[in-house]
Amino acid sequence: MSRKGPLEGVFFMNGDIACAEGAISAGCRFFAGYPITPATEVAERMAERLPEVGGTFIQMEDEIASMAAILGGSWAGVKSMTSTSGPGFSLMMENIGLGAMTETPCVVVDVQRAGPSTGLPTLTAQGDMMQARWGSHGLYSIIALSPSSPQEMFDLTVKAFNLSEQYRTPVLVMADESVGHMSERVVIPPADRIPLVPRRKPTVPPEKYKPYEPDEDLVPPMANAGEGYRFHVTGLTHDERGYPVMTAEAQGKLVKRLLGKIDLNRDRIIEIEEDGVRNAEVIVCSYGISARVAKLAVNEAREGGIKVGMLRLITVWPFPEKRIRELARRIKAFVVPELNAGQIALEVERCAGGAAPVVLVPHMGGAVHEPRDILEAIRKAAR
Amino acid sequence: MNESGNDLHDAVEALLREDRIPHIWCPGCGLGTVLHTFLRALVRSGLDLKKVVVVSGIGCTGRAAGYVKLDSFHTTHGRAIPFATGLKLANPELKVVLFSGDGDLVAIGGNHLIHAARRNMDLTVVCVNNFNYGMTGGQVGPTTPVSGRTSTSPYGNCEFPFNLPHLVAAAGAVYVARWTSLDGRRLEKTIIEALFKKGFSFVEVITPCPTQYGRKNKQPTGLAQMEYYRSMSVIKHGADPSEVGIELGGPITVGKFVDIERPTFAEMQAEILAKAFAPRSGKDPAAAKA
Repeated sequence: MSRKGPLEGVFFMNGDIACAEGAISAGCRFFAGYPITPATEVAERMAERLPEVGGTFIQMEDEIASMAAILGGSWAGVKSMTSTSGPGFSLMMENIGLGAMTETPCVVVDVQRAGPSTGLPTLTAQGDMMQARWGSHGLYSIIALSPSSPQEMFDLTVKAFNLSEQYRTPVLVMADESVGHMSERVVIPPADRIPLVPRRKPTVPPEKYKPYEPDEDLVPPMANAGEGYRFHVTGLTHDERGYPVMTAEAQGKLVKRLLGKIDLNRDRIIEIEEDGVRNAEVIVCSYGISARVAKLAVNEAREGGIKVGMLRLITVWPFPEKRIRELARRIKAFVVPELNAGQIALEVERCAGGAAPVVLVPHMGGAVHEPRDILEAIRKAAR
Repeated sequence: MNESGNDLHDAVEALLREDRIPHIWCPGCGLGTVLHTFLRALVRSGLDLKKVVVVSGIGCTGRAAGYVKLDSFHTTHGRAIPFATGLKLANPELKVVLFSGDGDLVAIGGNHLIHAARRNMDLTVVCVNNFNYGMTGGQVGPTTPVSGRTSTSPYGNCEFPFNLPHLVAAAGAVYVARWTSLDGRRLEKTIIEALFKKGFSFVEVITPCPTQYGRKNKQPTGLAQMEYYRSMSVIKHGADPSEVGIELGGPITVGKFVDIERPTFAEMQAEILAKAFAPRSGKDPAAAKA
């Protein structure tokens, strides 16, 4: 057996493996996880690859431990990731909250399967999109990305690490079983062509360091354990020194910053892909595997003379509120196909604010949409 | 106090976040003593304190992380051990010490405790056992003795408790000891030993909680609980861990029960990987041809 560094070149690989390779290329050197269909291949690939690049893999006793371990790994100064699916994602929620509260960069991959509960372990769904936003208790913002292809499993995993370091937050890669298990061409650029965001380090000596004193963009520089800063980190409401403060005032100040550092930087964070929206009367808004299926319906509708545009969410959270609002003023309707009973559709509806109706094309998961169902919705919306 | 005593006192004070005092612990609580003893052990260990990280979970004991002037993490309830596991594996240079309570480590965190012991993860655990959930008002826990009264076992506890040394020894801990908070010097020596022990070391410290537990169990003050420890604790180094369970009002066996050698998780991983990545042997057909 020989040791291989980060890959470079053109590959045929599935989305889960591309995700693991994205993590390796992003500099992830610690992975803690627990087997779960359909995300297991991410962990398996990391188990094989991390030792080759000098990193550490551990299979923990459950997903709670996995999530806690990657927070610890990140505080030790090492880029850290875990991967899971619905049931494990539920178990991770409390420690995702700890990650948000303590502003710990890390990446969590959820390869979604149909739920609730054990549901359809091997079959696709997009039922965790609201859980991604709101799943942990209390008030926080989060960043979540939605890949539509194995290539994006690679690209968005790299991006997730960069965003997590830039904004000091857990970043969620909200994949689905279809994208995780499909195999396609994946291009991995040379390492020097993959821009990486380094951790923002304190510029003051240890005695002056306040671990939660933010820079202008509301993100505080981060010292790692063992560097001599002697800082305290707690999940309790805390002040800029990191000390617990049990007052409404401290709560207001901290939580407003936690929300603000993502919400106020949303224009820098959000990435969407638009196709033919300029003259569109109807816009299909979708993400993940559903966006690919919708593309077929959009093409067919265009052939039938309907002016239909496509807006694909690459960043799902924070939501591209401003753009949806702008578009709502000049179109007849949005069509939102998703593999759930209506989650992102609610958000589109909220942002559209009544200016344009939103037609949900729901699907309870276990398969992808029939393109004709989406086409039918487009036709109705265009009338 | 002699000169070196003063130096030690100063060194311990330097490890406390004085701007966070007064602490939250009740009068008569043993946590101050245990924390002080822990810090003395750290000073006397001569370890590079820059590399020492204290991790705790939730509860009265969990607050200790917030009082020490070291890199310290106050995590989620029960999850201090996996958090610490991540720290240690990502940076093996760190000396990672857990300081948490019985409810946190053994009830909600029990699964992580046994798995860390099984893996022989290189962590030192100081487990303060006060037989109940103090912070939330004195509820029954997995360490409460049979018949022990708490706010959720008002007629007496009907569950059998864990014998912690037996539990962690069976799971694979390489160093297991128990003292009461009365045994300051012995505890200090034991914590130093545990800090230098490679692998999963576990030190249980029986500690008074007069406010929530003692008052309901005929030991209404810290002093009364300490008097119980003085009269009823028996030192038995090398005692069989299966025989050191604690009954209500019964004897408390203390001492060092386990001190064995077993490769740590990191050592095992390094060994397995070294084999896997070793240059191919002569038996390998591809290598033989070359």
